[in-house]
Amino acid sequence: MSTPSNTVPGSPLESQVTAPAVITASRRMYWSVRRELWEHRSIYIAPLAAGAVFLLAFLPGLTLSPAHWHKGLDTPYEFAAALIMGTGFIVGIFYSLDALYGERRDRSILFWKSLPVSDLTTVLSKFAIPVVILPLFTFVIAVVTQFVMLLLSGAVPMGGGLGAGTVGSRMSFVHMSLMVLYHMLTVHGLWYAPIYGWLLLVSAWAPRAPFIWAFLPPFVIWGVERIAFGTSHFLGMLRYRLTGPEPLTTTARSGNMMEMISALTPMQFFSTPGLWVGLAVAAAFLGAAVRLRRNREPI
Amino acid sequence: MACIEARGLRKAFGTTIAVDGIDLRVEEGRILGLIGPNGAGKTTALNAILGLTSYQGELRVLGRDPWTEREKLMRDACFIADVAVLPRWMRVWQALDYFAGVHPRFDRAKAEGFLAKTTIGRAGKVRELSKGMVAQLHLALVMAIDAKLLVLDEPTLGLDILYRKQFYDSLLNDYFDRSRTIVVTTHQVEEIQDVLTDVMFINRGRIVFDCSMEEFESRYLEVTVNPEQIAAARALKPIHERQVLGRSILLFDRVERQQLAALGDVRSPSLADLFVAVLSNQSGAAQGGAR
Repeated sequence: MSTPSNTVPGSPLESQVTAPAVITASRRMYWSVRRELWEHRSIYIAPLAAGAVFLLAFLPGLTLSPAHWHKGLDTPYEFAAALIMGTGFIVGIFYSLDALYGERRDRSILFWKSLPVSDLTTVLSKFAIPVVILPLFTFVIAVVTQFVMLLLSGAVPMGGGLGAGTVGSRMSFVHMSLMVLYHMLTVHGLWYAPIYGWLLLVSAWAPRAPFIWAFLPPFVIWGVERIAFGTSHFLGMLRYRLTGPEPLTTTARSGNMMEMISALTPMQFFSTPGLWVGLAVAAAFLGAAVRLRRNREPI
Repeated sequence: MACIEARGLRKAFGTTIAVDGIDLRVEEGRILGLIGPNGAGKTTALNAILGLTSYQGELRVLGRDPWTEREKLMRDACFIADVAVLPRWMRVWQALDYFAGVHPRFDRAKAEGFLAKTTIGRAGKVRELSKGMVAQLHLALVMAIDAKLLVLDEPTLGLDILYRKQFYDSLLNDYFDRSRTIVVTTHQVEEIQDVLTDVMFINRGRIVFDCSMEEFESRYLEVTVNPEQIAAARALKPIHERQVLGRSILLFDRVERQQLAALGDVRSPSLADLFVAVLSNQSGAAQGGAR
């Protein structure tokens, strides 16, 4: 109870305090990202919950005859990854829509702006959540979930022995993890960047109901194009953005999206013009969001 | 160097002119009260000073253009915009961590010292704190910043009298020294009267009155005039006259005390009285007659 008295002015520390600490841009970015994680705990809770739910659903499946699930060995693993990544994607959408809107609605933007953090740093930290942080989190959670599944499937049907099947699936486990990581970084991090950029822009601008403002314009453009020209280029463009670039090899075409993307070598992926166009569009959206955040007042 | 210097500061929202050509100079080490009715342009003027809104005209705050250099300005200036702007999800320790993380002049030990004098726990969430406690928390955070300029826009709005009193007491006792500058707006004029060194009245986007508190105290006198001497009192050209319980109270500017003592009971007016006088003269006079 008596401790506060020695921390108030007059303590020997006082002389050192006068020299301000040096705060680097990366430190400001680090704390900005951290505060996003404090505020939006769904960023890690939702994918964790998806993983947990899947594991709970996976356990009864183990009691089926080994022959049955061994056949489709990859499927439950892929399904787990897809479920967790899908959750991450949805969280990213809701997060981005709220990121610059929520702080205006609850007027806390006035608090954030009273600190020496630029609008650019703030917008970039909010952009980093769906394109860097969420993909990494979902990757880790997906891999851990798959690993637990592997342990369970190795332990339960084979009685904990080191059967040939375990070695085999361990090989594919590393491969699978790398595939998920590659997918998270390329698709969610880079290919979807303009989607998150758009959502952040709407979030910075919308006077209310950012959800409607984000999804109504694409509908209107699609409808107008359809009626006026009878074409659907815009819809095709959106679909292309959502499904990703198609591989040059036709073998993987029949598979799911992850296989299609993963069939692209990094070389092919980075030479896709759509990637660079998308990144340029994302940069433009973000630039506009920074300007808007500077100008907009609390709602 | 003046802390804040504005010339012809102007801001319009569409056809509404919020700030209509303000000239302003606030020296270092002053505590300025900016007083005006609702919609007078106080908050807009402060927002321009803090880099929260664009403006026309010239404005330098601590030698910087606030609109283009907000981030740099906020290393030396800080503000409390309202009681209710602390993020409701934030915990006290998170606020401390974040300030220490991004603010070069934040002294964490000092903030914790201020908080130790309150009942606010470190794990408490802003949404769980009472309005008065949120104001205490915000003030503790802000006072731990070694800033040159502190701007407070209605910092005690909606707080009860105990918290309001405490707020200004700790501001004066624990924070203010002659090297800092404080600008404060409030509706509760009477509560900050003793705190201020300077005062400005703002109405319809213009500064209609501007003087130091010393000058205010030496210039203005209020007389409850004896009924039989009312004509003599009016001859001395009071700037305002009001009726209380059937007696006339006249407000004089630069009239000798001895001269007035003969007319009735003389006392120093409150800022609120002068504010009412200046503003009612304003609305009576022509629009262009500011200052």
